[in-house]
Amino acid sequence: MELNHLDKALITAIEDGLPLVSHPYEAVGNMIGLSEEGVIERLQNLIETGVISRFGVVVNHRRVGYRANAMVVWDIPDDDVADAGRCLAELPFVSLSYQRPRRLPDWPYNLFCMIHGREHAAVEGLIEDAARTASLEDVPRAVLFSGRQFKQRGAKYSSGAVREPSHA
Amino acid sequence: MDGNFIKSERLSKLQIDLLNDFQRDFPLCPRPYEKIAEQLGVDEEIVIEHFQQLTEQKYISRLGAVVTPHKAGWSTLAALSVPEDELEEIAEMINACPGVNHNYERSHEFNLWFVVTGADQQTVETTLSEIEAATGYEVLNLPLVEAYQLDLGFPLKWN
Repeated sequence: MELNHLDKALITAIEDGLPLVSHPYEAVGNMIGLSEEGVIERLQNLIETGVISRFGVVVNHRRVGYRANAMVVWDIPDDDVADAGRCLAELPFVSLSYQRPRRLPDWPYNLFCMIHGREHAAVEGLIEDAARTASLEDVPRAVLFSGRQFKQRGAKYSSGAVREPSHA
Repeated sequence: MDGNFIKSERLSKLQIDLLNDFQRDFPLCPRPYEKIAEQLGVDEEIVIEHFQQLTEQKYISRLGAVVTPHKAGWSTLAALSVPEDELEEIAEMINACPGVNHNYERSHEFNLWFVVTGADQQTVETTLSEIEAATGYEVLNLPLVEAYQLDLGFPLKWN
């Protein structure tokens, strides 16, 4: 779906969050020349068409207790990656499941997921569960735990720039 | 994900409800905070005040949209392999670049990972080139090929 300039302006206007006022959509509309109703309709449409995958409270997952966060990457034949990716996505403790390109020789991994928990050891167990469930026990993998957080939120973007889901 | 540990954070029931129950399907009506207030049996002002506090205390990053990658602009996941003693300085340099919105140390030879977003692919790749020029390290550029699952939020309590 091609977004028009008002959709992009709307996404940019709420990038730092909905204002905490009684009529937040009216306030956003005033920033970009849309009515309250216009803002609500456009947001509904962006959600229905999948441009916005989630609309609501975005928590700081570390602050609320998810302190052990692992990016787990696998080197799996390209023909099998979709099945494995969908299988991982079914697991409640997997928050993201993506295919990304290999960059040989430095980076052989093509399937990425994020696994979150309270403690390191518990997350190690969840990774084993994930490998069993998706038949990935014999597939080469690497586990990259998050360390220091140098930045969690973005600077201001030019119009049209967007925020990806957190890869923490 | 183990959803019970929020108990250790000393948050009130109202705070936990606000953090947990509105991560998806936030009300799209003229007065969303009033709607939430009705559901939780409190006043609109209380909801606004608590969201304000939870944001100030960094429990909430924002109230808003998570945009599907590549639906409205471009983004990539990128990484660098840098010596430990330079990590902090290089992380700062990357943070100063436009469109960098996550930046984490990770336990791997590629030890610095960040997301770069921009209006289009060209903008993002220009930023990556600038990062290479500024840091002197080659960037591993891993744009999304396909998403099997998108960000659905983080449960804080059992349903």
